[in-house]
Amino acid sequence: MQITLKIFRYNPEVDSTFHYETYTLEGEETDRVLDLLEKVKGYNDGTLSFRRSCAHGVCGSDALRINGRNYLACKVLVRDIGTNITVEPILGMKIIKDLIVDMEPFFENYKKVLPWFINDSPLPADGKERLQSPEQRAIFDEGTKCILCACCTTSCPSFWASDDYLGPAALVTAHRFIFDSRDEAASERMEIVSETSGLARCHTAFNCTLACPREIPITKLIGELKIATITGKIE
Amino acid sequence: MANIHQFDVVVVGAGGAGLMAGLYASRTAKTAVISKLYPTRSHTGAAQGGIGAALGNIEEDRPEWHTYDTVKGSDYLGDQDAIEFMCEEAPQAVLELEHMGLPFDRTPDGKISQRPFGGHTNNETGKPVRRAAHAADRTGHMILQTLYQQCLKNKVNFFDEYQVLDLLIVDGKAVGVVAVNLADGELHTFHAKSVIIATGGHGRIFEVTSNAYAYTGDGIAIAMRRGIPMEDMEFFQFHPTGIYKLGILITEGVRGEGGILINGQGERFMPKYAPTVKDLASRDVISRAIYTEIREGRGVDGKNYVWLDARPESIVKYAALDGRTNIDGTPYTITGEQLLAKLPDIVDFNRVYLGIDPVTQMMPIQPTAHYTMGGIPTNKYGEVVIDDKNTVMPGLYAAGECACVSVHGANRLGTNSLLDLVVFGKYAGLKAAEYANQAEFGKLPVDAEAATRSAFEALRNGSGKENAFDIAVEMKKVMFDEVGIYRSEKGMKIAIEKVRELRERYKQVKVTDTGKIFNTEMLNAWELGCMLEIAEVVAECALNRQESRGGHSREDFPNRDDVNWLKHTLAWWKDGKTAIDYKPVTITKYQPKARVY
Repeated sequence: MQITLKIFRYNPEVDSTFHYETYTLEGEETDRVLDLLEKVKGYNDGTLSFRRSCAHGVCGSDALRINGRNYLACKVLVRDIGTNITVEPILGMKIIKDLIVDMEPFFENYKKVLPWFINDSPLPADGKERLQSPEQRAIFDEGTKCILCACCTTSCPSFWASDDYLGPAALVTAHRFIFDSRDEAASERMEIVSETSGLARCHTAFNCTLACPREIPITKLIGELKIATITGKIE
Repeated sequence: MANIHQFDVVVVGAGGAGLMAGLYASRTAKTAVISKLYPTRSHTGAAQGGIGAALGNIEEDRPEWHTYDTVKGSDYLGDQDAIEFMCEEAPQAVLELEHMGLPFDRTPDGKISQRPFGGHTNNETGKPVRRAAHAADRTGHMILQTLYQQCLKNKVNFFDEYQVLDLLIVDGKAVGVVAVNLADGELHTFHAKSVIIATGGHGRIFEVTSNAYAYTGDGIAIAMRRGIPMEDMEFFQFHPTGIYKLGILITEGVRGEGGILINGQGERFMPKYAPTVKDLASRDVISRAIYTEIREGRGVDGKNYVWLDARPESIVKYAALDGRTNIDGTPYTITGEQLLAKLPDIVDFNRVYLGIDPVTQMMPIQPTAHYTMGGIPTNKYGEVVIDDKNTVMPGLYAAGECACVSVHGANRLGTNSLLDLVVFGKYAGLKAAEYANQAEFGKLPVDAEAATRSAFEALRNGSGKENAFDIAVEMKKVMFDEVGIYRSEKGMKIAIEKVRELRERYKQVKVTDTGKIFNTEMLNAWELGCMLEIAEVVAECALNRQESRGGHSREDFPNRDDVNWLKHTLAWWKDGKTAIDYKPVTITKYQPKARVY
């Protein structure tokens, strides 16, 4: 079948502003949008630039705005979205070249929530694992699926409106540690997410939950964090 | 002006091995981790089923059993001292990951949960043993995240989206690497006392693969070009269960949870090939069985695939036939909901890419190029060894998939790759730092970036008669068809001739992007150059080995030949040709015997 691909283009070394290029190519309904981008790069225009790696939705490299909403290009097929496809960079980030945006601010926000396990108590005397029941483990399971693709954060109107908002991805990471029964820095992290650049900026638009390619119920997790700030309890 | 950085230890690659190495090296030495991807994009994150360790959390298990299973799985080509070391270290390595916060799944009593995996057995009963410690079907993702987080906590210096293009060796010592900063195209020289290569594999030389686009063998290629031999490059693992045509991995954990393989006639076929462990035999055995079924006309609809059946009713039915029980002795059962909880990503991949639901439908699968057993030769401390006497090259280390210790020999067991990168990543980091702390910086070459600049210039100045994308497609096809699961002299000679032709045509490639910022066209073309050279070495080594062993199956030499071939291949890339020599296999306790599952 014939597929029309309209792609956002911007090369800072040549262009004064962005434009769109339209490519017509043969494809199949099972083609991933990433497959189509690869074909355009291989045969139509080698200068087309985008990030990609695993090509099956687990590395988080190819978050893009496709037909107006965020997807991983490797996880959305022609049969899901039809043969007229528009591909643009994710919103709210500085565009570096074509579909590549500056991810540094996103990772800086991630680092603000202390995204690492903290437990300075002595290890169990037998040197074995810290025990955790399947129920305790289940409470923070959803957040552990996050691949830091930024689909959620860059779909969030509050993030578009304020650069300093931590964003849903960082809050998901905070949740993953705050609700881990083994972690000891919940109160420190709760203080961070309670600042004005944190939970207060979430207005429950639900865009993040819809955008997440890992099907993490992000709005629900943020809600649990909000409840914890009010009750002072983590459960 | 050249950009020169100085670090005691430079780690190339930020997957599990690179991060583990970086974490350990940075404790005592000034360390940089350089990666062409953001670290969390690394391919360790795609590993699904588990990490092997004889923790014995659910049933009796012993490191000796894990050692023997790995030796047997390697078809006796693995070095037994290294395998023993890895399997003895395994329980501590997994516990250490837990102590770093890794969210393993749990047993009802709160311990790390474990599941069965192919080739891992109770050595007394011969039955599968629960040895794979897991976090759902995203164990690699959790390892990658946890190690990256710990590196951030410990303030490791990261150079993200810097691609390493050359290894600097002066007077027989590694002295650094040359890299390009993808964001602005500037070259950087990293002057180091120790260099650790941890760049992963090169599955992208094959048409159907589970491997990421990034898996282009960069670290192996740059080492090979600088005179380091490669070990056992003919041994490449084809994982039995990739999604038909796409190659996306469907974890062995599906069979660990009770899934079975079914041919086009609706028969469960593995009992014919592996009467004891059946669908949980070693990967090479199962991939050959699938191909045999297909070649004998029992693929589905005459096509190149068979079914993987994980429907709960099928699992329960075959578990009853096999007499599989839970630990308390009750019959093994599973529900659709439990399957979804244990294997959420597998269910998701099937829904997204095939539009099917594995709870109610069978999955179409075919073997997919998955893992290189071969690579940069090292000892068990990650030190690169450059000849048949295991002479160490000062300052050079390798770990993870790009390295060949060799713990996987001719065939890797599932769950042993994650174990390999955690254990040997750690020791490479420790050794590299220890060496750096007593060594002086070596002298850099006069113009360290010269070779890299001229490689780029050649790609800019090609005639443009050839298209890089076409060359890649042709390479992948001939490698998959002729240097795949079954190999013959005739086919491999065709492959070698084809790859040589492609290497000539590659000289006519012209990179059209003249810019500096994210010139991914240039880097893709450069990576293709790496893959073409690696493909030729793989094919040459495969043609040279006149026997069948593990992942290397010769139709013209169908048997293992311990008299002539119980030895490692060493291959040097010299003046555009492959030169082959050998080194002995270390055998301690386990004399080679017939391999039956």
